Amino acid sequence: MRLIRHLGARTLDRVATLGRASVVWAQAVWGLPKIGDIPLLVRQIYSIGVLSLVIIVLSGFSIGAVIALQFYTQLARFGAEDAVGLGLALVLLRELGPVVTALLFAGRAGSAVTAEIGLMKSTEQLSSMEMMGVDPLHRIVAPRLWAGLICLPLLTTIFNVVAIYGGAVVAIQWLGSDPGGFWSGMQDAVEVWDDIGKGTVKSVVFALVVTWIAVFQGYDSEPTAEGIGRATTQTVVISSVMVLALDFLLTLGMYGDFK
Amino acid sequence: MQMRTIEISVGVFVLAGILAMVVLVVKVSGVSLQSDEGSYVIYAQFDDVAGLRKRAKVSMAGVTIGRVAGISVDPAYGVAVVALEIDKEIAELPVDTGARILTEGLLGARYIGLTPGADGEILLEGDFIEDTQGALVLENLIGDLVTRLGAS
Repeated sequence: MRLIRHLGARTLDRVATLGRASVVWAQAVWGLPKIGDIPLLVRQIYSIGVLSLVIIVLSGFSIGAVIALQFYTQLARFGAEDAVGLGLALVLLRELGPVVTALLFAGRAGSAVTAEIGLMKSTEQLSSMEMMGVDPLHRIVAPRLWAGLICLPLLTTIFNVVAIYGGAVVAIQWLGSDPGGFWSGMQDAVEVWDDIGKGTVKSVVFALVVTWIAVFQGYDSEPTAEGIGRATTQTVVISSVMVLALDFLLTLGMYGDFK
Repeated sequence: MQMRTIEISVGVFVLAGILAMVVLVVKVSGVSLQSDEGSYVIYAQFDDVAGLRKRAKVSMAGVTIGRVAGISVDPAYGVAVVALEIDKEIAELPVDTGARILTEGLLGARYIGLTPGADGEILLEGDFIEDTQGALVLENLIGDLVTRLGAS
């Protein structure tokens, strides 16, 4: 009996959290579009996007290089080394690019946003803003949401390009596969909408989800040192799981027809 | 940090993102920027195009001279109609040019190979290639082999 009551309370808690999160999100998204807010947005794009660039470029290069290496050794057994470029590009554009970038983004930028907003809450900056008649949703939350939405697709694109060139360096310079076969195989297989477009759609969805979770976890955190720590962990864990689950659903929906 | 520095680095970041998108579209998917003006379209009917894809190569003597612009099926005759986009520079293909569906390597991508003809008349925009040979489908070959072995 107590178990059932406990489960019910937990479920209601979760539903209530989702409700609060939706309200925060809706108010924040509605809150932005004004000319005067652009400096706030630029500052957030700097701290969310520009500062994530190094980790994105480094991991992009090594992931591209590793994929090229693995594909090359396996495909060389069938004499199909020319398919390295095609495999590399499709794997990156369709799946790994959006997913890995979103995971790195959750770890690098999402956690920072949560900790920042959580700290503002615990030092009562948010409530003093309210007291001064400044809406914290509008001033603090909205620029971060929008900045995330702008940054993640850009980061994903940069990640893909760096990874493809990283793979090209390994496959062509080091392993000595034929540059003509590498690039033309890739160009024959990659479609603008089917591969690049749908990959970008994925990254926009991930951006929405990750920034939403990060901002809300900060906004809803317990105003203690422990609470901020827990909220930051939650951001990374929940966003990672959500990104992977959503990726499966999006792949199923967009590339469908696997039966 | 100075607001100005932040603005500049954000600008560079956004520019890099847009540039990366252009690189993806042009270099990775191979959309060429001046494709439309320099080509014309001819058609070829095949019994079976098994695995031929849009934007596959059209080559003559191993040199790429165009791409597959579209593949559709003609339900009245049950044949595949393939639209071939040929570079303008290769303007004088004789009407008895042959088209075959070939495979790169053992498991590679399908492409269309054109074999030259000798007729005086040339193919114009929208004409059909008469002499075609469809893709070799492995299952059909094996089927043939089995019936022949069974007969002998």
